[in-house]
Amino acid sequence: MSMRTPMASVLGLGTAKDGTADWWGQRVSAVALILLGLWFAVSIANLDNLEHASAVGFIAKPLNTVLLSLFCVTLAYHSCLGVQVVVEDYVHEPWIKVTSLMASRFAHVFVAIVSVYAILKIGLGA
Amino acid sequence: MAEFRLPPNSRIRKGKHFAVANGAKNVRCFAVYRYDPDSDENPRVDTYDVDMDTCGPMVLDALIKIKNEIDSTLTFRRSCREGICGSCSMNIDGGNTLACTLSIDDVKGNIRVYPLPHMPVIKDLVPDMTNFYAQYASIKPWLQSRTPPPPNHERLQSKEDQERIDEPAACILCACCSTACPSYWWNSDRFLGPAVLLAAYRWLVDSRDEATGERLDELEDPFRLYRCHTIMNCTQTCPKGLNPARAIAETKKMLAARRH
Repeated sequence: MSMRTPMASVLGLGTAKDGTADWWGQRVSAVALILLGLWFAVSIANLDNLEHASAVGFIAKPLNTVLLSLFCVTLAYHSCLGVQVVVEDYVHEPWIKVTSLMASRFAHVFVAIVSVYAILKIGLGA
Repeated sequence: MAEFRLPPNSRIRKGKHFAVANGAKNVRCFAVYRYDPDSDENPRVDTYDVDMDTCGPMVLDALIKIKNEIDSTLTFRRSCREGICGSCSMNIDGGNTLACTLSIDDVKGNIRVYPLPHMPVIKDLVPDMTNFYAQYASIKPWLQSRTPPPPNHERLQSKEDQERIDEPAACILCACCSTACPSYWWNSDRFLGPAVLLAAYRWLVDSRDEATGERLDELEDPFRLYRCHTIMNCTQTCPKGLNPARAIAETKKMLAARRH
């Protein structure tokens, strides 16, 4: 049984003076994803066909290379923030929480870099 | 991890049934959560048949009638019976509200009465509000000003400025909103919850208060404030018709505004 006062428990470690940057990042990336998502959906709908060659041809165009890279990076960033919120909401065991947050960061950065590498490889014709 | 199932000693069992005396024609059944801390028994739901011809119109009237005439062991908080003290907040028919302002006629079928969700239960319908009140005290819910008050009159406020605090100041701290919030269920040790954030907003927008920056500093935290994910249960359930979700959104906007 804890002998701490209720006020001591509520004040805890104090405020992190943080959170607004993540909150703003969620909104900015969400707006960016609406625009990029619309562009992506319209672009896919306008492809002649869904064959490999036409997809490669689409990605190889410079503007598409840039926008698709942006789309993947923004998606990974937004998803990373989202998964962080879910972990903070539901995971309370400290070591599982820290491990989950770390694993999520690693996975999102990895996926983002792999995506951009694949897109650039086609875009730059390597 | 967040617990989605009640621990074994909190699982609810079927309780006793109290039938109405013979001859009653207008009968409603109340299914009421019961927990006795002095016994080792699990909580149970007792059912009471109440003769509505001799009962007042509100759920609180029925609870008082049950306590007075049927089962004096039933325990609940109540005081003003007119929706201003916030004592009789409980979960009725699946939603958090005040027993004194909810008409029995507005509930279909059996009237299910439980304590506020996800709070430690002291007895029957009485939850432990210790953490909630400490959270309220932590936001320093009083006027903070460096400028001394004028020597010969009150601190003045325009009509428009007063109108900005009219709604948040109408909160009666019944905790219906906070205990309806899933974020508060999972993180009530660190998330302040909608009621306390509404109270904090009431001082943030008070034109006479001079501690706005310090108040925002104290709120800027991933858990204290940003556990709010705009689920809106708070606004939907508030028995006073207030909008804590909008107050929280406005607080987030204030924090964003001072960065850019």
